[in-house]
Amino acid sequence: MARYVTSKLLYTLLSLFILITATFFLMKAIPGDPFMSEKEVPASIRARLEAQYGLDKPLMTQYVNYLGNIVQGDLGISMKKLNQEVSHIIGQTFGVSLRLGLIAVVVSTIVGVALGLLAALYHRKFIDSMVMVLAVIGIAVPSFVLASLLQYALGLKLGWFPITGLKTPLGYVLPVMALSAGPIAYIARLTRSSMLEVLHADYIKTAKAKGLKWPAILWKHVIRNGILPVVTYVGPMTANVITGSVVVERIFGIGGIGKVFVESISNRDYTMIMGITLFYGIILMLARFITDIVYVLVDPRIKLTSGKEG
Amino acid sequence: MKKKSWMLLLTLVLVIGTVLAGCGSADEKTTTDTGTKTETGTTDEGTAAEPAADANLAADQTLRLNLSAEPPTLDPAQAQDSQANTALRFMYEGLATIGEDGQPKEGAAESWEVSEDGLTYTFKMRQGATWSNGDPVTANDFVYAWERALSPETVPAPVYAYQLYYIKGAEEFNTGKTKDFSSVGVKAVDENTLEVTLTNPTPYFLGLTSFYTYYPVHKATVEAGEAWATDPATMVTNGPFTLTTWTPGSELSWTKNDKYWDAANIKLTNVTATVVNSGATETASYQGGEIDYAGAPTGEIPTDQIQPLSEQLKDEFKLTDIASTYYYEFNTKEKPFNNAKIRKAFAMAIDRQSLIDNVTKAGQTPAYGFVPTSIAGLNNQSFRDEHPDSEYFKEDTAQAKTLLEEGMKEEGYTTLPPITLLYNTSENHQKLALAVADMWKNNLGVEIQTKNEEWSVFLESRKTGNFQVARAGWSADYNDPMTYMDMFVSGGGNNNTGYADKAYDALIDGAYKGGNDPEKRMQDMAAAEKLLIQDNMVIMPVYYYTQASLTKPYLKGVTTDFSGAINFTRAYLEEH
Repeated sequence: MARYVTSKLLYTLLSLFILITATFFLMKAIPGDPFMSEKEVPASIRARLEAQYGLDKPLMTQYVNYLGNIVQGDLGISMKKLNQEVSHIIGQTFGVSLRLGLIAVVVSTIVGVALGLLAALYHRKFIDSMVMVLAVIGIAVPSFVLASLLQYALGLKLGWFPITGLKTPLGYVLPVMALSAGPIAYIARLTRSSMLEVLHADYIKTAKAKGLKWPAILWKHVIRNGILPVVTYVGPMTANVITGSVVVERIFGIGGIGKVFVESISNRDYTMIMGITLFYGIILMLARFITDIVYVLVDPRIKLTSGKEG
Repeated sequence: MKKKSWMLLLTLVLVIGTVLAGCGSADEKTTTDTGTKTETGTTDEGTAAEPAADANLAADQTLRLNLSAEPPTLDPAQAQDSQANTALRFMYEGLATIGEDGQPKEGAAESWEVSEDGLTYTFKMRQGATWSNGDPVTANDFVYAWERALSPETVPAPVYAYQLYYIKGAEEFNTGKTKDFSSVGVKAVDENTLEVTLTNPTPYFLGLTSFYTYYPVHKATVEAGEAWATDPATMVTNGPFTLTTWTPGSELSWTKNDKYWDAANIKLTNVTATVVNSGATETASYQGGEIDYAGAPTGEIPTDQIQPLSEQLKDEFKLTDIASTYYYEFNTKEKPFNNAKIRKAFAMAIDRQSLIDNVTKAGQTPAYGFVPTSIAGLNNQSFRDEHPDSEYFKEDTAQAKTLLEEGMKEEGYTTLPPITLLYNTSENHQKLALAVADMWKNNLGVEIQTKNEEWSVFLESRKTGNFQVARAGWSADYNDPMTYMDMFVSGGGNNNTGYADKAYDALIDGAYKGGNDPEKRMQDMAAAEKLLIQDNMVIMPVYYYTQASLTKPYLKGVTTDFSGAINFTRAYLEEH
């Protein structure tokens, strides 16, 4: 296990390094800089700004300096949100996205698995078709359409939920629905097909023949085996959802990290772009790592180590 | 059978989805029209300039707004945008403020005198005006704030320092030519007297002192720490409201400042502003009763909703002329637009009214000049009324064709070189660019490529002259034609057209120095505009912007100035 974790960790660091390097040079290669605006900044003021942010140095020097700062855990100061630490802004806005995202993950996993299971148990029955139609809709309708639709119907017309913001618990309902519709659909389909496969497996027949009670079979054999593909999916999905959906955050006016990320790119807020990219990278790697571990816990057939411990 | 009906349902859902997807498009720039237009200048949105009897006031005086972007900073020296403008206006007060009639009136200064030569302004500080912590607001606070904005030592370098260059010696101090601040024309004669000396007589200087770069700051607060302008707990300000909370990316809120000298006339007790950068959401939020004001300049109403809203919410919807011009600029260094006749032909070959009616659909005014209709001229008239732009040129397809042929002969073309029209990525700009290209094709028989670039890329292309004809927009910094006309001097920082004309430069220079002869000064600027448009057609004006907004019927006392900037500080809510 320790060896597994170490090698994973090394790979993660290498990936992050490549990510930083690629982002840094791509970012600098795009035309424009943080101080551009419709009204030209006088040359002397611009020169001073560039010197203050170290943008007057050669590109390689800037790169080395940036790496040096990162190693010390310093993400720098935003070039647009004046005097604000990048790490502080990430902390503030990520908190919002995280809370919303985790709720969406929990909701979509529970609802998705339940629907998939139902569909599998009532294979080729009405419930099955119903779930599958919902799943097709959930996958086909993009979240921004659903979000606008929900906002218009349930927020504006019926007035059941707030139109914007997360100020009250009710405010979470619409964004969570918009965020989890897609994942619910995907998880339901995933669960259904894998459950169906499991239901037809020989060991289920054996279990039945042994006279095991149906709930016990369902719990111990069907769900435990059928859920594996879902675990594979939920990991990356979590990373995806908690890092903030730009579209949903925009529509519901939520001050999450997704919104900040997009703004930082159009503002050419260099330190902010780097900071958030790095942060996203870490979250994604972490999610994959955790997925691998959970996989082992759920499925004892998977062995991590090569021989020694086995 | 069952299958069929499911398919039907599915199709229906998808169709609705597609249609709705098309509706959701919001757009960056705010300005638009249709419906009632208000008069130029400052307008009072509620009819009541005199607040009605207090009995009519709502018990809860909390104003709810939305800002389409978070102000990047609340440091007056560092601010550069309209959101910060709205926010800072709650919190600070300059020497002068802009009154309901659009004219400067006493703010932190209770009176002022201007010397004969128009160069020296002596401001008397208002007695009893204090900071939110009780300290008196003194002349030294202004000296400190302006020195800080100008000082090369300030980090990051304040971009808008150049807004202070009207003051004698300010530019030299800011660019580091002199290290001695005492050479800059701003002095506190004593605690209560501020003396400001200008480089040139500047008739609009009093108006400038109401602008945020000119706001005072509280020295002890600023010196306490770099992040002072982000922390409501430590911020000391001198305006009608103080900042109470700032949740990054989500919300700002203000509370009435009881120490403000005019607190008796401030009716609002609280102001909250959400930060939602989607026009569609903001409009829905307004309709759902979550906010009291929507639209420009704080937020936006999506272009495609302007027409329907102007009918559905007739009493709440308003279009205001603002000081911004939409135009295309020619690169006079690039073929074929190095030829003035060809430029004129292009400018004459489009139908602006038709573009406004069918494409931009926001009641804008067709533009044939550069200075928009809401900029003041002399004697309470607008510059545009005194110098009508209809004299510069007329739309005329036949004449445009003749000019094009003449121009092509001069340059020895049998066919025009390929032409690309450049604009920044946005649905509105795209629609307009396609329509204009189409008009050029139909009326002049020329093929035009259109190309869009992301905002920063676009700015870079324009700046480096990497374009033939490009979309542009300009909004005023202050209420005087100069804010437009000084843009096209030879080598000017914002002059991307390559236009360099000694006669033009001389006129602008004359107007800069001739502040004591307002009549001649205006004539000079009109003559410069004539050179720019009628004689050389360096830019092709398209329209003067309007801004669309929605105000709840119970919200009164909101004022908008010539530029479209909004003032909520004297607003109040009626019982509703």
